Amino acid sequence: MSDTEVTRRARGAHRARPTTGWIARVRRLRLPTQPMLRHLVLAGAAAVGFYVLTSVLSEYNNFQLGEIALYAVALAGLTVLTGTNGQISLGHGALMAVGAYTVALLMTHTHMNLVVEILAAIAVTTAVGVVVGVPATRLRGPYLAGMTLILALGLPLLADQYSSVFGGDQGLTVTVPSPPGTIDPEKWLAWIEILGAVVCLVLLANVMRSRFGRAFRAVRDDEIAASLAGVHVARTKVIAFAVSAGCAGLAGAFLALSTGVVNTGEFPLSLSIGILAGMVLGGAGSLMGVWWGAIALVYLPQWSTSFSKTFNLGSSVSAYFAIIVYGVVLIVVMLLAPSGIQGGLRRVGLVIRNRVRSAPEY
Amino acid sequence: MSFFVDVTLNGVSNGMIFAAMALALVFIYRATNIINFAQGAMGMLTTFIAFSLLNRGLGYWEAFAVTLAIGFVLGALVERVLMRPLQGKPELNPVIVTIGLLIVLEGIAGSVWGNNARGFPPAFSQTGLKVGHTKIAFSHFDVFIVGAVLVLMVATLALFRGTNLGLRMRASAFAPEVARLLGVRVGRILTLGWALAAVAGSLAALLVAPTTSFSPYFMDLNLVFGFTAAVIGGLDSPVGALVGGLITGLGVSYVGGYLGSSLQPLGALALLMVVLMARPQGIFARPEARRV
Repeated sequence: MSDTEVTRRARGAHRARPTTGWIARVRRLRLPTQPMLRHLVLAGAAAVGFYVLTSVLSEYNNFQLGEIALYAVALAGLTVLTGTNGQISLGHGALMAVGAYTVALLMTHTHMNLVVEILAAIAVTTAVGVVVGVPATRLRGPYLAGMTLILALGLPLLADQYSSVFGGDQGLTVTVPSPPGTIDPEKWLAWIEILGAVVCLVLLANVMRSRFGRAFRAVRDDEIAASLAGVHVARTKVIAFAVSAGCAGLAGAFLALSTGVVNTGEFPLSLSIGILAGMVLGGAGSLMGVWWGAIALVYLPQWSTSFSKTFNLGSSVSAYFAIIVYGVVLIVVMLLAPSGIQGGLRRVGLVIRNRVRSAPEY
Repeated sequence: MSFFVDVTLNGVSNGMIFAAMALALVFIYRATNIINFAQGAMGMLTTFIAFSLLNRGLGYWEAFAVTLAIGFVLGALVERVLMRPLQGKPELNPVIVTIGLLIVLEGIAGSVWGNNARGFPPAFSQTGLKVGHTKIAFSHFDVFIVGAVLVLMVATLALFRGTNLGLRMRASAFAPEVARLLGVRVGRILTLGWALAAVAGSLAALLVAPTTSFSPYFMDLNLVFGFTAAVIGGLDSPVGALVGGLITGLGVSYVGGYLGSSLQPLGALALLMVVLMARPQGIFARPEARRV
């Protein structure tokens, strides 16, 4: 008898369960409880779902699907940092820039495999994360937020200062290696990005259920209690930020592939704050919630343009509409529903499940 | 040599502005342990209102006073409407709200006044003073900056050290429960703290505006430098804010003068890292005991 069956039986033991009929069979359907297996099953289902989506959708929609996947990676990194470790970063846009420029520079100067370039982008961004994260852990409170804010404002300027290396306003061009066979390029890019997102989310989901994840949460809830229980508080915070930065690096590398060019104007402060808003909207700490945030980030500029056109708001309003929405999302979600969309869905799901469970059986 | 002197003088005048920004952050951090990331944007908004008033023909000093008053009301409003409902919630939530407020205010200013950088008129001439026959990079306006921030600092110290209200503010920050039991209206004190912080932030914005390109984002970097100054000073005392402001101002000015102005924010980041590694609690803060 497998491990999962034992737990499943143990869970249901106190409740009389009907053993026949389709309702009963549906009720007995459970995801495996072992984390790795559970995450792989979910990831497999998601991958199949995305594969079907990419073959149905048009080229442009495939491109957008890829963008959703890349923002999901960035949001997932931030949600682990904020939701499970209680730190905020205002610099994820800048960290994405680090990943994007790494890929672009490697492509310009070397001829490496794309996978190696992406891994290098993750490594470099993680290193930057450690450098910024270590001093921030010396004090409690929102120091990381302040330091990453400086990073968000300062790093794009660095690319301006050394424009001979980083290409300045013109930027550096990035080309995706041509797809094998007759697959069209948008679909190919979307597959790469979705695969990256799914792998990243599975790894993060496992980290959150591991020793590290528990240490992250312990530090978030009470630093002193955590350190008394043997958790190295500063090291845990740095690890959380490094993991988060690595995700931003991956997202940045994908953004470089997606836009085809990396320049300084692509990573303003509003990108960093937009990522924070998307994360908060989806629900801090929820890896499922990142998809809601990513969808919002990709479609919001489009919606805001058409919204301001419909209501004739004028060009200066429509230019700022998206960032006002980000800000309003941050404020309203924090005041009214701190657990975001995914938290709300979970609550609805619980209500429905309780109804179904307590319904009379026929 | 004269270049070094000019850069230093420029650093002093910038440092005074960062000190005012730092003081605004310290006001709020002491009372609530929140870094108000919207502090700069609130000052930006009030300064844009001043800009409109000046364009309508109001005199500089009338506009100056009205702007600080609007800052006072805005600060109190933010505390009552946005911060009060989040009391007792995780520390992160109010910080995230201030970040949201930052970007909303910038968006509103951009929608109303547009994105193009304009010029904000200075109160005094901005051409350098003459010492003997050489012109130095320190103008009447810089003298005004130093004077205004020193007045702000002295007024703050006098408020905290010499008045009953200041005593109540210190008590509310130090032990809110005990202060409440002793009859201090802690809620009102918090509102007042946010209002005073917003006045300091508005003053900083009014002083910065003529020296920079005046767009909805003009306070972003000043917030960052003010934050650096506040952390260096220990996020605890007006004196710390002043010294932190001067250190940051000089550091940023040397980086800008000798390495290039694009590197200024990263210079501040480096300064912050060095200080945090060497003396985490800042230069002026008392060592902090934590309780489980």
